[in-house]
Amino acid sequence: MTDETNAPAKVKVRDYRYRIEGRFHHIERNQPIFKEDGSLVGVTNPRNMTYIHTYGNEAVFFENLGKGRIIASKCANPDCEAYGSVFMPFRIHCPDCLARNEHVDITDIAKETSRVHTFMITERTGAFNTLPKPIKFINVEFDGVATILMGPMLYGEPNIGMKVKPIFRTGDPTYTILDLGWVPEGTGVKDLPQYYTFE
Amino acid sequence: MITFSEEQLKIPEMSKPVYLVTGGMSKFARAMPDKRTEEICIDALTEAAEFINMTPAALKKYIHTAYYGHFADHFGDQLLGEAVIHDRLGLDPLGNIGVKTGGATGGSTLWEAYKTVASGYSDCTLAMGWERMDEVPTDEGNHLISCAADKDWETPLGHIYTGYYAVMAQKYWNVFGKEEDSFRRTMAEIAVKNRGYARMNPHAHGPMDITVDDVLKSPVVAYPLRALDCCLMSVGAACAILADEKTAYELTDNPLKIDVSAGSHTLRVACRRNMKIPLLPHETKDQYGDLAERFPGSERYPGFSGFLAARMAAYYAYGMTGIHDPTEDLDLVELHDAFTISDIQTYEDIGIRPYGEGRTYVESGDCYHTNPKTGEPGKLPANISGGLIGNMHAVGATGIMQVIEVGHHLWNRWREMHEDEEKWARFDRVKPGDWTDLQVEGARRGLAISHAGVGSHVTATILQHPDHVLERGDRR
Repeated sequence: MTDETNAPAKVKVRDYRYRIEGRFHHIERNQPIFKEDGSLVGVTNPRNMTYIHTYGNEAVFFENLGKGRIIASKCANPDCEAYGSVFMPFRIHCPDCLARNEHVDITDIAKETSRVHTFMITERTGAFNTLPKPIKFINVEFDGVATILMGPMLYGEPNIGMKVKPIFRTGDPTYTILDLGWVPEGTGVKDLPQYYTFE
Repeated sequence: MITFSEEQLKIPEMSKPVYLVTGGMSKFARAMPDKRTEEICIDALTEAAEFINMTPAALKKYIHTAYYGHFADHFGDQLLGEAVIHDRLGLDPLGNIGVKTGGATGGSTLWEAYKTVASGYSDCTLAMGWERMDEVPTDEGNHLISCAADKDWETPLGHIYTGYYAVMAQKYWNVFGKEEDSFRRTMAEIAVKNRGYARMNPHAHGPMDITVDDVLKSPVVAYPLRALDCCLMSVGAACAILADEKTAYELTDNPLKIDVSAGSHTLRVACRRNMKIPLLPHETKDQYGDLAERFPGSERYPGFSGFLAARMAAYYAYGMTGIHDPTEDLDLVELHDAFTISDIQTYEDIGIRPYGEGRTYVESGDCYHTNPKTGEPGKLPANISGGLIGNMHAVGATGIMQVIEVGHHLWNRWREMHEDEEKWARFDRVKPGDWTDLQVEGARRGLAISHAGVGSHVTATILQHPDHVLERGDRR
């Protein structure tokens, strides 16, 4: 049941089911739309709702960001062409053999070897954006990792090839990809955004 | 490194040939507050019927199944929008299905309709695509489009899909463009060309008479991309009727042979793994041996600069039709110019130019209707419709629009379909005083590429005039 109070939408799991509390949708009356001559064109349909989203066995990645760790995954099937490949973004299963990947902590590799493969800076964002503008994305190469992670650059100016360091939203984590950010190598603690740390 | 098996690389063998009988389009615009979606779909189907001198009712009698391309249900807050349109077109109780592959939705819709005829399930199919992106504010529209990226790993990053492509643009600009002013101007030429061609198209949403300097002075969206490098966000519909040989010749004296193929690649660009460059029929085994030497930073393939899905779609399509060298064997193309730089990337993926040399397709003048350097016909004119930059990007309709526009040239009816004063007036548009006939004289074969976002889905559609069908060539 959704209650009609203004309590924020929250969810717990009990007896292997989602149990919801608070307000999941906000009812707002629709409004008519008229042309300049006063004739009816249509109506607005207000929709303000909260979804529930399941991380499944990817939860380990999102849970660890707030603890200052980057958990990747690795194909551990010796019969697979991709045996030994390390994936970041994390993949629960190997894309080749579909066996369950092993977890591998690449935090130290990321701290030592991260560099910018490519980047993007823009003032444009979509609705619901929470990143400061201009937003800056970098794609990060790591030694020994098969793929190239995209993330937000939260301080400084990106350039292709520059060395970067991961930072973690250890204070008030969001449990999303936004808990992992990047700054140029040499950035001081005082320059980190609120809630973010190097460890 | 990833590899493919022989089975995966098999060139498709269709059970019977398939023909494009006719196609039609609505007006394309940023908004259409006076029309419901079903009205623009009926506009498109009516134009398709009239193109072969039939009434919509008579044409409908031949349709056996229907394929509907509509990228984003949530733009209209209507799930099963396809069922609404199917009902309003009066096609119940025929079987129908919705198709969704992001920006490639139009091409994928044709792919499904094509396979249905080729298999013998239907003798005649409708492929109809539409989109309306005017019913939410632009920032919410950007959020909804960003939901087509990975919702956990990408969407929270700014809720802006353009940004997920922009990292690829930056890489291509750095590695293959070498951040040269001359390359930047070549990108701008594409924007000028396509908007200029759109001026001759009564359907077009974004015609403009501009210069390279206008593009270079337009606001930066995500460097090196500027506002005039980017495609439109449109409302509109387009449809095509596909049929087997017998039905096609019952409906018209002039059907065109059609073949459609598809490729795909990771939704997250971040997940791309290295592989060898798959070769197209006219490329040689050692052709790219020194690519990384000539273009430092291009060591990874497809990396962040190539669209593997486009290369695979081209590989299958060229094998299915016997195309050896697209620049020699084709007479025109319609490409998915979502951004000027992605257009250049695609020239390489589909073999119009080798990897690293896409810019020369523009710089040589080959991509123009009339080569500005020689005054002669362009070798392989591109996007005479105006493309996504000048004509429209009403996502589900785009790939179908491209094929109809190629068809108009092969039918030698481009002038008729774009000159008509009554159509310009009906669309409430002013035909320019310098309107020019852009018919590609003697066009025999053409290609349309329909492409999703960062390259997750790509289709290649090849049209051939029945008098000029290639013998199927070597298959790799």
